[in-house]
Amino acid sequence: MISQRGANVSSRTGIAFMTPAGLLIGLFVVFPFFWIIAVSFTNRSLLGVNALHPQFVGLKNYLDLFDPATFWSQGGFGPSLWLTIQFVVFSALLGQVLLGLVLAWISRELSPRAKSLLQGIVMLAWILPDVVVGFAWFAYLDRDAGTLNQLLHGLNFPAADFLIEHPFLTICLFNAWRGAAFSMMLFDAALQSIPPSYLETADVAGASSWQKFRDIVLPLIRGHIVTDLILITMWTFNVFTPFLLTAGGPSFETDILPIYTYRIAFKSFEFGNGAAIGVIVMLINLAFSLFYLRLAQRGLRAKGKGT
Amino acid sequence: MNRRTLFSRMAFSVGAALLGAAFALPLIWFVFAPFNAQADLDLAMPKPPTLTNFARVFANRAAVGALLNSLLQAFGTVLLVATTATLAAYALARTALRGKRVIEYVLLLFSSVVSGSAAMVPIFLIVNALGLIDTQVAVILVFTGGLLPTAMFILRDFIASIPRGYEESALVAGASPWRAFVDVVVPVLRPGVTIAAVWAFVQVWGGFLIPFVLLRSEQRMPASVEIYSFYSQAGTPIVPLLAAYSVLYSLPVIALYWYVNRKYGFRFFGGIKS
Repeated sequence: MISQRGANVSSRTGIAFMTPAGLLIGLFVVFPFFWIIAVSFTNRSLLGVNALHPQFVGLKNYLDLFDPATFWSQGGFGPSLWLTIQFVVFSALLGQVLLGLVLAWISRELSPRAKSLLQGIVMLAWILPDVVVGFAWFAYLDRDAGTLNQLLHGLNFPAADFLIEHPFLTICLFNAWRGAAFSMMLFDAALQSIPPSYLETADVAGASSWQKFRDIVLPLIRGHIVTDLILITMWTFNVFTPFLLTAGGPSFETDILPIYTYRIAFKSFEFGNGAAIGVIVMLINLAFSLFYLRLAQRGLRAKGKGT
Repeated sequence: MNRRTLFSRMAFSVGAALLGAAFALPLIWFVFAPFNAQADLDLAMPKPPTLTNFARVFANRAAVGALLNSLLQAFGTVLLVATTATLAAYALARTALRGKRVIEYVLLLFSSVVSGSAAMVPIFLIVNALGLIDTQVAVILVFTGGLLPTAMFILRDFIASIPRGYEESALVAGASPWRAFVDVVVPVLRPGVTIAAVWAFVQVWGGFLIPFVLLRSEQRMPASVEIYSFYSQAGTPIVPLLAAYSVLYSLPVIALYWYVNRKYGFRFFGGIKS
């Protein structure tokens, strides 16, 4: 054997192979993380003196953000953070996870053709480019002619301008619709890993669909559900797409953190403030990632023991 | 079949159909409007169905230019991601580099932490400091950096599944590590590279925020941003054009997903859709 386990290539060659990717990731992923922390302690702006010679302002940007006098004011950090938490809970944790579970559970009992039709439609919502689904929903929700209001009219419900009257509910439904495919595919894979004999035994015992789901399936796919919860929480927490529907409005009713960050940094060009918000967002991301990685590693170790 | 199971079968089918319909509803409009020269936001049968809207899109230089910009950005990124990620993934899978685990851990961590509009603040400032604002190079480099970690993990898993003996016999026969990599690993790795490349292509093709923040001039904008030029000065959409353009712009994504799904099946690689 010319090599030990794990080594076909010398460390020097390995480093050479790593270098191009390392430089790109270093410059555009790792460095920005530290750079945003540095900028968050300055009064950096786009134009004027503070663009070329930003001053060190210490914790001012953070103190401004959490200033009790303005924290809860309209268009402030507090309402945006609270809105984002609700957005994650309703559209991702409830919307996407439940929809994903239901879709995967239903798929099991469908004919192959019906299954691929149903999953194909759900996947389409997931893979289409952001601006296309943004425009699709804009047309769908139109007050006078949109498909949804035409449908409601046919069912004798009053028409509504959803983007104006129920903007937050709308972006929650939108995000649940947009992202359900991921949970569906994950749970679909999880369900397929359950030995059919378990469910057949339950069938013989006369268990209902719900009993089978609760007593057999749920305990077996608990790991998948936790993985799913964390991943979609992170994605929803950072999702910018609702901007294409509402741009954060009307009157900040859909001003979730990604849109708020964008507004402060790239509309007002207050990079110092924007960076401070960005740092807090990234710290929250970091907490989720650490949790997820710990979980994933525990999963790997458990798997390693099994084999 | 007794009455109760018959009833529950029917309820199940109706429920499944309603759920499918609810998912399809927001997109149904796209089946008709692109082929309707007088399309508006209502659901109407085109009378007669026509390709006029598509012809008008192709006659629109800004629209075609934007699709070409999207292609340029997507291909540029895919090329850079595929080459650098393959090299790096090989190093991760096949060297005894100390600290390899640490590198992988840090990469995973950063790639999920530095994302979204929060990441655009420092990235904008770095690109600005490099003098690359409003260039295609900046868009390609920033996309590449962001997509590389995931692409590396996809490819590393593929390389790990290639039997070591393949390269070892090449090395025993006197090939250099580089030759063993190019002649033995790369050909076997085709499915992995295809999947990573398609994934990267779709991410760039649909990406909105990065070009939106980093580009200024209209002639450099990709389709995802330039689509907003199909709005009148007053901000009302020019519906027939938008409908046709949306379909044209979506086709590559649908085709690529369909191809990969059919050829390799749908698989999960960490968090494959960022």
